[in-house]
Amino acid sequence: MTTQQIFSPLPGIFYRKPAPDKPEYKSDGDVITEDDTIGLIEVMKSFNEVKAGAAGKILRFLAENEEAVMAGQPIAEIDV
Amino acid sequence: MAIKKLLIANRGEIAVRINRAARELGIGTVQVYSKADKDSLAVKLADESVEIGPPQASKSYLDQTKILAAAESTGADAIHPGYGFLAENAEFAAAVEAAGLIFVGPTAESIRLMGDKVAAREAAASAGVPTVPGSEGRLESPEAAFALVEKTGFPVMIKAAAGGGGRGIRIARTAEEFHHLMPQAQAEALAAFGDGGLYVEKLVEGARHIEVQVLGDGKDVIHCFERECSLQRRRQKVWEEAPSPSLTPAVREQLCASAVALAKAVNYRGAGTLEYLYDDRTGEFYFLEMNTRIQVEHPVTEMVTGIDLVREMIRIAGGEPLRIRQDEVRVSGHSIEVRINAEDPAKNFMPSPGTISALAVPDGEGVRFDSMLYAGYTVPPFYDSLLGKLIVHAEDRASAIRRLEGALAELTIEGLATTKSLHQALARDPDVRAGHFHTAWLEPWLASHTKATPST
Repeated sequence: MTTQQIFSPLPGIFYRKPAPDKPEYKSDGDVITEDDTIGLIEVMKSFNEVKAGAAGKILRFLAENEEAVMAGQPIAEIDV
Repeated sequence: MAIKKLLIANRGEIAVRINRAARELGIGTVQVYSKADKDSLAVKLADESVEIGPPQASKSYLDQTKILAAAESTGADAIHPGYGFLAENAEFAAAVEAAGLIFVGPTAESIRLMGDKVAAREAAASAGVPTVPGSEGRLESPEAAFALVEKTGFPVMIKAAAGGGGRGIRIARTAEEFHHLMPQAQAEALAAFGDGGLYVEKLVEGARHIEVQVLGDGKDVIHCFERECSLQRRRQKVWEEAPSPSLTPAVREQLCASAVALAKAVNYRGAGTLEYLYDDRTGEFYFLEMNTRIQVEHPVTEMVTGIDLVREMIRIAGGEPLRIRQDEVRVSGHSIEVRINAEDPAKNFMPSPGTISALAVPDGEGVRFDSMLYAGYTVPPFYDSLLGKLIVHAEDRASAIRRLEGALAELTIEGLATTKSLHQALARDPDVRAGHFHTAWLEPWLASHTKATPST
């Protein structure tokens, strides 16, 4: 097992939920596949899904819900 | 009480615009800003500035407590909300007044009334202003709905009372379709929203979007004629002009008179806009809603009337009565505004935040660029994509379009993608040149012009 990071593809606001009243896409410890959505980035009022990009297990999220992130900033750590 | 120090509770190009207007009136300015807007042009222009929180609008530009605290700590005596954010928040307008400050805009009561769709429709109807024919409230039975559409005629839109954002809308073109769709719509509304209530409204196809600018002082109201904003993508206006190329003088007179009647009926104070759908085949217009704030596209009205709307709304807020009589408002020539957004037209309008590596702004007679840009500025990703508005004014529409083409050619914004190329393509289009368009014109046009090159 090696540890990898998932990076934000865009600058903007990171959301861990599809909507404020919905549960989080993924939690620490969840097993994920490459195409799983782990969050949203809001860029200039448009919402873009963040895909895991690799299969594995989420160790922890590095960015919080509603955190301002830069492009290339690590947002989660996974075990692959 | 004349305003001495104005706090600007907004950002971007409109914050720049308000800073300039206040300066011209000899009023000091306080610019509030989020951490992401520390280097903004509005902050540079303002006499004072106060950071009010992190980039997220919910924790800065929408945080009423922080904005009121900034007003108190700087001794500002008035707050201008701009557009968007808190501009049409009745609770905020009331809180500003409760704090002993002036809200540059209408009363909280006017905002509340016009923000309520049903109440606004009722106010319009009682002022004799036509609204889109339809059910006055929710319809509980298909029979009641059918009785109504027999009066309005087809096509009609069936909408879920509890829906929103276009969800649960069906279009019926014949009585047969209506009988078929109505139970479906009711079942779907019940399943989706837990409420089977429906509204029915006449669908005005091929309608234009025309709006009337008004100025009121709480007693008297004048209009500053109309703007046409039919070129829209996803309900966002992209190109606006004044006057409308489609109104006859007789309809223009009726339309503007109806706007004044409605604004007077609610004792409107400040700058406001009444939006209408206009069917140029029948000459009929229908009131949609009133925006109780300054609008993005206000400059085209300023260019053709010579009235500085932002200065006037600040003067009115300071207690001055209207300084302009209706018979003094005249339209001279034609003005067009195009929105320069940080979006890539070649990539389905993908947002394009970034750093402005080079900037050349067009100038010359009849050219105006209202923007938040300067060379070296980094456009943050947290807010809307509007960078600026290129506005031209000339003696007639054809000359205005030629002037726009020249100004667009002179405009250079490097470092990010913008919508400049879209406007260049629109300015060349024969339908746009002839003024032949409606609110559903641009999207199919875009689909057939996907080869538009990105502009940098």
